[in-house]
Amino acid sequence: MVDLMITIDEDLCKGCNICTEFCPRKVYQKSDVLNKKGVHVPGPENEDKCTKCQLCVMMCPDQAIKVDEKVDEKDED
Amino acid sequence: MDENRENRFIKYLRKDRLPHIFCAGCGNGIIMNTFFNGMEMAEMDFEKVVMVSGIGCSSRIPGYVKCDSLHTTHGRPISFATGIKLANPQNEVVVFTGDGDAAAIGGNHLIHGARRNINLTVICINNNIYGMTGGQISPTSPKGSFGSTAPYGALETPFDLSKLVKSAGATYVARWTTAQPVQLSNAIKKALKNRGFSFIEVISQCPTYFGRKNKMRSPIDMMKWMKEESVIKRRADKLSEEELEGKIIVGEFQNIKEPEFSEKICQLLESQCTTGKAMVTKSAYQGE
Ligand SMILES: Cc1ncc(C[n+]2csc(CCOP(=O)(O)OP(=O)(O)O)c2C)c(N)n1
Ligand code: SF4
Ligand code: SF4
Ligand code: SF4
Ligand SMILES: [Mg+2]
Repeated sequence: MVDLMITIDEDLCKGCNICTEFCPRKVYQKSDVLNKKGVHVPGPENEDKCTKCQLCVMMCPDQAIKVDEKVDEKDED
Repeated sequence: MDENRENRFIKYLRKDRLPHIFCAGCGNGIIMNTFFNGMEMAEMDFEKVVMVSGIGCSSRIPGYVKCDSLHTTHGRPISFATGIKLANPQNEVVVFTGDGDAAAIGGNHLIHGARRNINLTVICINNNIYGMTGGQISPTSPKGSFGSTAPYGALETPFDLSKLVKSAGATYVARWTTAQPVQLSNAIKKALKNRGFSFIEVISQCPTYFGRKNKMRSPIDMMKWMKEESVIKRRADKLSEEELEGKIIVGEFQNIKEPEFSEKICQLLESQCTTGKAMVTKSAYQGE
């Protein structure tokens, strides 16, 4: 398995926490730290629980999230 | 941001204009995602897409998309879209409109577009309020809901937009909420593929005005409300009017085939053409 990779673009995120609430695996955690834009950007704290279902990518209103696509294990070496 | 780490929808957007102007958690951004997803599912050529909108927060969506677009006057996007489609029927014309834009000032254009069954895909972002101008009540605001023009609660009966547009003659009609992005993407796919007037009503959140005035302060509260109150059409058909009070009926309401307007116009032009060069727009210099 490749390493799971979740990225949140801090320049786009507005801190709505829709990802935190609706991820079925509770991968994201609210943050209490403000970034340079004054936004509480959530952190993907439990990356290992992620199933790459891509729901958070569809639900983030600010196109801020990237979750690596599922890789077919057979195609890997 | 490193291109490899970029969100999958960014490639369709004008990056220099991001982040968009919408409030944190506004449903407009989710609807943009579901549109691109539905477009990919329909295998539609993005180069042929022309987006048209009226005025409102929802109507600002096309301005962020890397395609030909037209930001028109309040309530009139369907009329402009009709012109764009007839001038070049190869265009895949998509209208983004709000509940105020489509159902208040633009109500007539909406029903007549549906009546003609012209091949447009209309995505109506129904947040039950005028967002852009400060939270006034719209023709879809639920009875009893609060807005800046209804401090004691709205007295009027709202329009059921999907029902209205179906009765007016649209050949594809569906309603979903921003809390159901997968079903919504699938409906958008079908709407884009339908050769006729397609209407997608998306119940969406305006946390800043509708939410704040109706005891749902965060976008999350609003999306939980939409999820909890949604009833699938199949189940709703078996329930009484009282049982459906305050519920959001979601699903597909129409999916039929009828002759399409731009095709009828093209056939007419060919049959009546005297120059041997049938064109949709008649040039004053034609035949010289
Ligand atoms: C002819 C005209 N009348 C009124 C307005 C003011 N106005 C701008 S947007 C709007 C309503 C927008 O509501 P909606 O279409 O629901 O969009 P939202 O902002 O909720 O997405 C109004 C009344 C205008 N711009 N032009
Ligand atoms: S891809 Fe699915 S499981 Fe992974 S973080 Fe997003 S919503 Fe959660
Ligand atoms: S859904 Fe998007 S904008 Fe909202 S907090 Fe998560 S990453 Fe940020
Ligand atoms: S005012 Fe409402 S509709 Fe307009 S951007 Fe803000 S949340 Fe969205
Ligand atoms: Mg509105």
